[in-house]
Amino acid sequence: MKPPAFMYHRPASVDDALGLLAELGSDAKVLAGGQSLVPVLNMRLAAPVHLVDVNGLAELAYVRCDADAVRVGALARHVTVERDEPAYAALPLLRQATGHVAHPAIRNRGTTVGSLAHADPAAELPAVLTLVGGSVTVATSAGSRTVPAAEFFVGPLESALRPGELAVEATFPVPPPGTGSAWLEVSRRRGDYAVCGVGMLVTVDDDGRIVRARAAYVSVGPTPVLVELTDAVAGRPWDSADWAGAGALASAAVEPDDDVHATAAYRRHLVGVLTARAGREAARAGAGN
Amino acid sequence: MPEQEIDVALTVNGTPRTARVPARRLLSDCLRHDLGYTGTHVGCEHGVCGACTVLVDGQPMRSCLLFAVSVDGAKVTTVEGCRAPDGGLGPVQQAFQDCHGLQCGFCTPGFVTTITAYLRENPAPTEAQAREAIGGNLCRCTGYQNIVASVLRAAELLDRVDQA
Repeated sequence: MKPPAFMYHRPASVDDALGLLAELGSDAKVLAGGQSLVPVLNMRLAAPVHLVDVNGLAELAYVRCDADAVRVGALARHVTVERDEPAYAALPLLRQATGHVAHPAIRNRGTTVGSLAHADPAAELPAVLTLVGGSVTVATSAGSRTVPAAEFFVGPLESALRPGELAVEATFPVPPPGTGSAWLEVSRRRGDYAVCGVGMLVTVDDDGRIVRARAAYVSVGPTPVLVELTDAVAGRPWDSADWAGAGALASAAVEPDDDVHATAAYRRHLVGVLTARAGREAARAGAGN
Repeated sequence: MPEQEIDVALTVNGTPRTARVPARRLLSDCLRHDLGYTGTHVGCEHGVCGACTVLVDGQPMRSCLLFAVSVDGAKVTTVEGCRAPDGGLGPVQQAFQDCHGLQCGFCTPGFVTTITAYLRENPAPTEAQAREAIGGNLCRCTGYQNIVASVLRAAELLDRVDQA
C-alpha cells in the first residue's frame, strides 16, 4: 500500500532537528534510513503527523574507533559500519552481526542507530549492543543523556526514547584482549528475520583457559536476552570446554514464545545448538586460532 | 488541509529530471508515475521482494522504501539505464537472454539493477557468491538456477567488454 500523508521536515543541522523535535513532540517520527519505518507506514501500521528526515545531517554519518569503543553516529549506514576496517579490528562482532541484517540493498540505506531505536527483538544490532554492554546517546534541545543498553530496550519495538529526543550515537565498548566473538542465526530464508540468533563473546587468558563467556539472543524474548555462561565453561581450556553444557544452560534460561514462524520448543532447541556452535567459534577466535 | 507538495530534482539514468510530489510519494511511484520510468516494477511494497530495486548514487536500494523527497539531488539508475550505450541490451540484460534467466519478467528489473551493482564490486563471483548476490530478490517463475547462471554469464560478458 501507500503511506499515509504526513508533514515533511528536513533539518539542516542537529540543532535544527532537535528544535523541531522539541516543538512537534509526540506527533513526530524521525526518518533516518527508513528501512523499518517505511514498511510500517506503507502497511499503515502507523500514521505520524510529522516526519523529521535526518538524512541531511552528514555530521552524524560517522564511525569512530578508539582504544575503548566503537562509536557510531545516527546516520552511519549498516554498509558503512560493516565495511569499516578499524571497527572490524576493534570489534569483529559488529561486522559478523551486520552481515545478517536483511540484504545489501537494505544495508545500503538502513542505519545502525536506527535499528537500535526501532528496538525490534528480532534484529541483530540491539542484541550486539546488549552483549557488549553498550549505550545510546540521546539528545534533546535541552541537553543529552546516555542510556545503557539494559535500559534502552524496553519491549518489542519500544525503546527508552522519549518524544522530542534524537538518538545521536551508539557506543559499542571494545571487549578486553583475548576476547573472541561469533554471530550465528537460523532463518527460513537468507536475510529473513532470525527464528533464533546468538551473539557470543568468550574471553580466554594467556594460558588458553576461558575466563568469561556470555551470549545475547534475538527472537526469543520481548527484548534482546543476555545470558551469562561463564559458570559452565570458566577455567576450562578453550578447545575442550563443555559448550553443550553451556547450550543447555542457555536453553533453560530463555523463555521464547510460540508464533507462526516457530514453536517455543524449537526456538529453545535452537538456543542450545547455536550456543554450543557459537561458543566453540568464539573461544577459538579468543585464543587466537 | 491540502497535502504538502515538494519539488524534487533527480538525475535519472544521466538525465536531470524534476517533479513536484507529495512528501509521501515513494521513489518507486515517483519514477513510474511522475517521471515515466515504468521499467521499475512494484511488487510487495514493503521491501521484501526486491522488484523495485534501483541504484541510488550507484548503490542498490529498494525504491519502495525511499521517499522521493528524501533522496532529492540523487543520481538514480533504473533498469532503463542498464542498457548498452547503443540502446541495445546491456551485458546483464544480454546474459538474462542468453541463459533464459527470466520467464514472466516481472522481477527482472530488480535483478538487473542488483546484479549490475554487484558485478561492479565483485567482477568474478563464484556460483555460491552469485547465489548470495541475488538473495534479496524474489522470482516466482525460474527457480533461480538460470538467474544464477545469468550472473556468471554477465561477469563473462563484462570481462570481455573490459578486455576489448
